[in-house]
Amino acid sequence: MTFRIFSTVALIFLSATVGFAQTGKVTNFNLENGLQVVVIEDHRAPIVINMVWYKVGSADEPPGKSGIAHFLEHLMFKGTDTLKPGDFSDIVTRNGGVDNAFTSHDYTGYFQNVAVDRLPLMMQLEADRMRNLVLTEEEVIPERNVVLEERNSRVDNDPGSLFHEQRRAALYLNHPYSKPVIGWRHEIAQLSLQEALDFYDTYYAPNNAIAIVAGDVLPQEVLELAKQFFGPLAPSDNIPPRVRPQEPPHHAPIHLTFEDARIKQPALVRNYLSINRKPGDQKEAAAAMFLGELLGGSGISSVLGRELQLNRKVATYTSAWQSGLSYDPDGFGLYAMPAPGVSLEELEAAVDEVLAGFLKNGIDTDHLTRLKKQAAAQQIYSQDNLNQVARRYGQALTSGLTIADVQAWPDILQSVEKEEIMAVAARILKPSNSVTGWQMPPKSEVSQ
Amino acid sequence: MIRMLFIFIVLIIHALPLQAQIKIQEVTSPGGIKAWLVEEHSIPFIALHTGFRGGASLDPADKLGATNLMMALLEEGTGDMDAAAFLRAAEELAADFTFSARRDSLTVSARVLTSNAPEALGLLKRAITEPAFNPAAFERVRQQVLSNLNSEQSDPDAIARKTLNRIAYGTHPYGRPTDGTLETVSALTPEDLRAAHQAGLSRDHLVVGVVGDVTADELGPMLDALLGELPEAGAELPEKTEFGAPGGTEVVELDTPQSVAIWAQKGIDRHHPEFMATYVMMHILGGGGFGSRLTEEVREKRGLTYGVYSYLAALDHSSFAGGGVSSANDRIGEAIEVIRDEWAKMATGGITAEELETAQQYLTGSYPLRFDSNSKIARTLVGMQLDKLPIDYVNTRNDKVNALTLEQVSRAARKLLDPEGLQFVVVGKPVGVTATD
Repeated sequence: MTFRIFSTVALIFLSATVGFAQTGKVTNFNLENGLQVVVIEDHRAPIVINMVWYKVGSADEPPGKSGIAHFLEHLMFKGTDTLKPGDFSDIVTRNGGVDNAFTSHDYTGYFQNVAVDRLPLMMQLEADRMRNLVLTEEEVIPERNVVLEERNSRVDNDPGSLFHEQRRAALYLNHPYSKPVIGWRHEIAQLSLQEALDFYDTYYAPNNAIAIVAGDVLPQEVLELAKQFFGPLAPSDNIPPRVRPQEPPHHAPIHLTFEDARIKQPALVRNYLSINRKPGDQKEAAAAMFLGELLGGSGISSVLGRELQLNRKVATYTSAWQSGLSYDPDGFGLYAMPAPGVSLEELEAAVDEVLAGFLKNGIDTDHLTRLKKQAAAQQIYSQDNLNQVARRYGQALTSGLTIADVQAWPDILQSVEKEEIMAVAARILKPSNSVTGWQMPPKSEVSQ
Repeated sequence: MIRMLFIFIVLIIHALPLQAQIKIQEVTSPGGIKAWLVEEHSIPFIALHTGFRGGASLDPADKLGATNLMMALLEEGTGDMDAAAFLRAAEELAADFTFSARRDSLTVSARVLTSNAPEALGLLKRAITEPAFNPAAFERVRQQVLSNLNSEQSDPDAIARKTLNRIAYGTHPYGRPTDGTLETVSALTPEDLRAAHQAGLSRDHLVVGVVGDVTADELGPMLDALLGELPEAGAELPEKTEFGAPGGTEVVELDTPQSVAIWAQKGIDRHHPEFMATYVMMHILGGGGFGSRLTEEVREKRGLTYGVYSYLAALDHSSFAGGGVSSANDRIGEAIEVIRDEWAKMATGGITAEELETAQQYLTGSYPLRFDSNSKIARTLVGMQLDKLPIDYVNTRNDKVNALTLEQVSRAARKLLDPEGLQFVVVGKPVGVTATD
């Protein structure tokens, strides 16, 4: 198994290594220049996912430059000292690779899925563009237009996304999570080549990055490749401390009404400030996750669905969720679509009654037991999707957690008690902590 | 230095044989149900996917949306179990079931733990063989479907898709919306769903793909227990039909900042000898993201869009070659012009040797990536059977791609691509784009 994966090509780069293959095993290395290297083994198929994650996202952008992290993500597919624009994707394509990238509030990531014998080449490409990007105006201007069209497709053409953006801006009084990842349109339109390069020079460096290699590989082999390709890269000496402005206490509930002729179906969405997983301290976030599942994780078997859809029949859909991994505390959300003839005002009153009842009456033990069984099964099912496994580690490590935190999470979930969930519920579900949004057609078009 | 290394690696790699290394067994149950199985014992669960030919296309013209609503109700109660009880039982077993209705097929998929697979599949069997269709659940789920249909009235992608289908296929089932309309869904009854259930979920339409922690010997009885009681025969499948759009441009006004344009022309049958050459040609034109001609011209050079694509749709009873793009209202006209030009250029000029080589390297090299998880493999096994491909297709497919010559692919472009026959549908407030009569 271990040698089969390495063609003659790979052997050029590798010193021979001997080891025992073990699916599911996670190994961590740190290079001298600060690069963290994480290897996740999965020996079911001779393929590999090569990822590089940078600990920088939209929440790290300078004021007035929203969208620069995402814009740079696009520009990373242009040329380097040694590659012409377009060569990067051309090489990946010619090697049967599927590649893409993603930007979030807290991270920017790049990946290629390829046959395992192409791994050295992919790591070489990622190492090259970590420090050697070359940009010219000729590529930057059309790409900025591409991003503006991306914003059109993702946000401006979709009233639901537009409203999401407005609610986040209202929810965060001080934290940069208030800004959309893709950026505000007027700021994207002004982003310059030099600003992108400055951002790149500061943040794209081995001491601000994590290389994750997942698939049919052995840790020692990956370490040797990482040393060869990433080892010579110089660290950045001007990465600012990752301290974002934090939220002050909120004292007034916020209510937003969004009318748009493209909205045909009224709905209620509420966002609360919530908590996040912290290194060595994930219990409350685990309780918050169960709170989301209990209230609205699975339709009519959840509290909101049972009460609002089955019993009172005032809603057509309901859901609730605790947001995923984040570096700073992010949100908790509720969604309800009114049944025909029910106004958003009536629906909101019903939602509030159900939440008050939940806070008073507490948790049905059988319900929590079922959710824990599902969480345990999820540990088995989630091994099937290597992309998801790799992404989970990438998100956790760029959110300030450690590998040990990721591995402790399943046991922490199983250990959460009812009382802990209720304590977290009382903290999160406070009106002063929330933004409640009504989305609806313009009033003249509402017919009840 | 680095550039040289790249070239060196690319050359070597081209010579390596690349195969999806999966071993597919055909299993026939004691009761005569056939399934394709890939054993994978390293994770203790089973992905079991089924497909039923026919799909939403089996809906009678006055019952549009019956099949879609029927499939949505399979998880909403069976026998004397109501919807909540069924859901709780599935949660107890930590089993995931998904039911979906597509144009040409229905799919029922399950992800179950090895440790309780018989109980979990027993529950699924009750859902698919004795659905309750009880009135309360029926009304509740119908309302959900209606609210989706309602929202789609201002969704540019949905409007474009439905409009193009109607223009291309008229009264054939392919011309109708698979989820029905506000009118037809409002008029459905639980009886209509019972009829759709009998018509759609039958053994003569069935194919099965299984991947995971189960042996061929164990699987046979499992298949009989799960699927053995389905009716022997379902409804007749629809007639074959030609893509019938006249060519031209239809504009649907919608007040939104970015226009969505989709287009199509006649295609080629999945089993036509030139299908693979045509598929590769369409990939070079507008498939696979970066490097395709459409992406280079419309996105990379001109920055007119975030995404542009073309593809070959081989439906069970027809086929077309289509594509899509989204651009700001004042730029969509230019995008459409460039796309028409590229369509014409490919039709007359064919492709280059370098394009063919790059496409072959990508399509063969990336093929194994489709087999990287149990669930994906199970889905692929069902798709291959619905497409009536042989069981060894996985191992011969790359050879077929590599055997294509420049002349074959350029000829496929000449024969298929018809810039005059392109039917565009544009949704938005496009500037400078006018509808043809």
